[in-house]
Amino acid sequence: MARTRGAARGWAWWGAARLLIPGVWLTGCAAQSPSILAPVSPKGRAEADLFGFIFLITAGVFVLVETLLLYAVLRFRARDPHRVPPQIHGNNALEISWTTATALGLAVIFAMTWRTMVATSAPPADAMPVKVTGHQWWWEFEYPTLGITTANELVIPVGRPVRLTVTSADVIHSFWVPQLGGKMDAIPGRENTLWIQADVEGVYHGQCAELCGASHANMRLRVRVMSDADFQRWVEAQRAPAAQPVEPLAQQGYQVFMSKACVGCHTINGTPAQGKVGPNLTHVGSRTTIAAGLLENTPENLARWLDNPPAIKPGSLMPRLGLTPEEIQALVAYLSSLK
Amino acid sequence: MASSAVALPRVYEERGLLSWLTTVDHKRIGILYILGAGFFALIGGLEALLIRTQLAVPNNRVLVGEAYNQVLTMHGTTMVFLVVMPVLTGLGNYIVPLMIGARDMAYPRLNAFGVWMFLLGGLFLNLSFLLGGAPDAGWFGYAPLTAKTFSKGTGIDFWILGLQLLGISSITSSINFVSTILLLRAPGLTLNRLPLFAWTTLVTAFLILFAMPSISAALFLLFLDRHLGTHFFNPAAGGDPLLWQHLFWFFGHPEVYIMILPAMGIVSEVLPVFSRKPLFGYTAVAYSSVAIGFIGFTVWAHHMFAVGLPDVVNAFFSAASMLVAVPTAIKVFNWIATIWGGAVRYRTPFLFAAAFVALFVIGGLSGLFLAAVPVDWQVTDTYFVVAHFHYTLFGGSMFAIVAGIYYWFPKITGRFLDERLGRLHFALQFIGFNLTFFPMHFLGLAGMPRRIYTYAPGLGWEGLNLLATVGAFILALGFVVFFVNIARSLIAGERAPDDPWDGHTLEWLTSSPPPPYNFAHIPVVHSRRPAWDRKYTGNPHARPVAEIAGENDRQEGEDAPEEPIHLPAPSIWPLVIAAGLTVFALGLVTHWLFIPIGILLFALGVARWVTQPLFPEAASHP
Repeated sequence: MARTRGAARGWAWWGAARLLIPGVWLTGCAAQSPSILAPVSPKGRAEADLFGFIFLITAGVFVLVETLLLYAVLRFRARDPHRVPPQIHGNNALEISWTTATALGLAVIFAMTWRTMVATSAPPADAMPVKVTGHQWWWEFEYPTLGITTANELVIPVGRPVRLTVTSADVIHSFWVPQLGGKMDAIPGRENTLWIQADVEGVYHGQCAELCGASHANMRLRVRVMSDADFQRWVEAQRAPAAQPVEPLAQQGYQVFMSKACVGCHTINGTPAQGKVGPNLTHVGSRTTIAAGLLENTPENLARWLDNPPAIKPGSLMPRLGLTPEEIQALVAYLSSLK
Repeated sequence: MASSAVALPRVYEERGLLSWLTTVDHKRIGILYILGAGFFALIGGLEALLIRTQLAVPNNRVLVGEAYNQVLTMHGTTMVFLVVMPVLTGLGNYIVPLMIGARDMAYPRLNAFGVWMFLLGGLFLNLSFLLGGAPDAGWFGYAPLTAKTFSKGTGIDFWILGLQLLGISSITSSINFVSTILLLRAPGLTLNRLPLFAWTTLVTAFLILFAMPSISAALFLLFLDRHLGTHFFNPAAGGDPLLWQHLFWFFGHPEVYIMILPAMGIVSEVLPVFSRKPLFGYTAVAYSSVAIGFIGFTVWAHHMFAVGLPDVVNAFFSAASMLVAVPTAIKVFNWIATIWGGAVRYRTPFLFAAAFVALFVIGGLSGLFLAAVPVDWQVTDTYFVVAHFHYTLFGGSMFAIVAGIYYWFPKITGRFLDERLGRLHFALQFIGFNLTFFPMHFLGLAGMPRRIYTYAPGLGWEGLNLLATVGAFILALGFVVFFVNIARSLIAGERAPDDPWDGHTLEWLTSSPPPPYNFAHIPVVHSRRPAWDRKYTGNPHARPVAEIAGENDRQEGEDAPEEPIHLPAPSIWPLVIAAGLTVFALGLVTHWLFIPIGILLFALGVARWVTQPLFPEAASHP
């Protein structure tokens, strides 16, 4: 594909530039760092590559200008306080040269910018569609062609382009998974398009990048990239209706869920719970995190969350429900069973 | 130097609190602006330290959620509207009339009104902390987070009305600068000889006049949305949140040039004086300021590359943003060429001005990454941007402002700031600044978004954040040394002569501090460096290059025709009008009873202002 070739050719710029950036070593040490300089997608690579190109130019300018400045300051220090140096008011040839050189350099940067924009902005025609909706403070993912709705964890197959339609249910958010490419704002009343593709299996950190209220910092997400086979298994599991509770404690939890405020906000497919305010919980037990990526999905963390959500996520729309410890244990058993 | 031929004017009382509350002297108004900005800088600086303390380690609990957002919003709003803008206005107020040989600003009472509106508007904004919570939607206040649905408290209302009051202040001071610089220049001081600080102040005043109406309108619409049920920014009812962004950034981007251009002007004064050379490429530097002003109005959507605008639109704003780098680069090269071949004196003003060039270059170069749309998609709204604009606004504007204060302090007070403390201040500020903000480039590249109050461990962000926090405290220590230096020098600083730095411009021809009427004789100007040329005409190297004589040029030594000097009378009414508007705004946010009181004060102030003669002396002796 032309796009891939372009990206691969351009990759050399970044390869040269990264040798010069100490910060890459610094941040590269943390294997889990969601660095834009460790991209795993064609678009992310093209962006990192453009970064590298501009870095090479600006690093050259930086060294040149700072050296001239430092040299001038050190070399021309006055030894005789009364000396009057030659009074030079300007030099047209010199001024025209540096103006022209700057303009030419910028023209080259702009040309590279335009080239990268053209090469990366349109999603490939065969991309899998996913609708992304930002909420205060969690992410909703709908797969319209697969009939799946989930939250806070975007699951995609490796090496396949995905077309995200990004919008918001309340205020402006911004969808961003650095290693998969640039961000796109989620604006209420608008649908923006962004495409991503992950070429390496794994879990990628992302989070909201636009100030969206008290828990902006807590609006995180994960992109889980799987092999085609694993993805198919995941799709089948997600399309199945919610698991019926088997254990007595989980059955008790089911009763608590259906009789308390939970049903007003959450949907569990195949049950009376059809609320649309909070995340769909049909397969919540299959997710690796809860509370928009804040906590690992363990029974202990789920209990903490159910006890007092605003203590974990300030401003959370899910209030403290005043559940008894017994009710919480039952709910944890039920929700954990929703694999 | 004052000849006895001229009749000196009646001078009004200059002691006591009342003389400050009623002053219309541009110099005392300038001092009020600078002191007010210094006070708000303490608040804004403490807010910065709170932010850095919270972010020092992951999962910290010092300042959480909404409280963090309030401090974040107030830090940005304070530093922009209550520190950088007013301190530049204050320096301009004090220095520009002296620099151009004027006796005062064109409209002395309007000038007084401007400073009171700034001080009261700033207090009004900060009052929100005590009355139900400060604004918390960021200094850019994106809709619809600012809508009543999502921000129920009065914080946003304080923000809206506070910015309106401060906008009134900026507009009045800009009208005054435009009139003063265009109309009140000394004989022979053509625009082509205008000192660069006056040039940039003039361009900035025009930028404010064209940019401010956009945010005033946007704030007005937002107020209607919040209180009268309109839907300008409400997407559910057909409004558009992006309308806010366009209106805000049409103001917001010129705003950054409003904050940097006068700072560039200061540097363009300081570097030549301490290099004992004229500014290299005066014409190019002056006109590049004008060019930056014009292009500055065509780049606003580079703040909006991630909102989903079409590629062609993004490309236009990308190209325009890169274009700004041309006039900016011209200035940088000219500054270096000014130092080149000079006789450089390492006094504190020079250190800060040279550091300005070094740091501003970094901010300018990192800006190129943000202008390149695909890179911006990655780094916008990350700490890379925080690093970038602090390099331009702190490494840039603030370093230049400090240079200006060390430079003009002897003129304003008649005393030097201490040189040893100055060097210590410089070292702390330079090291602290770079430790704080340089690591933020890497944090942004490592994927850390802006405006988050906390972060998880294990993302590679811990070490750099801790480093930035340590840097912030070193930086703060630098400012402690600065304030100690100012306090100490005011009381016991070394006495400064009228022309301590071997200056180039007219302010060095009068006494330190200058008399209320500035100059007994208005000097006649024959060149770009009138003060220098009076000292060095005998020196073969110092002779000014031949310039085309303007029509206003008089023969050397010829006095300007003597006219009686009248000083405008002090007036309390500018303060009363400003207080009326502030009380009115308070009524809109808190209790309605303040509304009629505010209107009454305002009406009283206006009535007395227009009936009180500006020059009672001149009126009684026609």
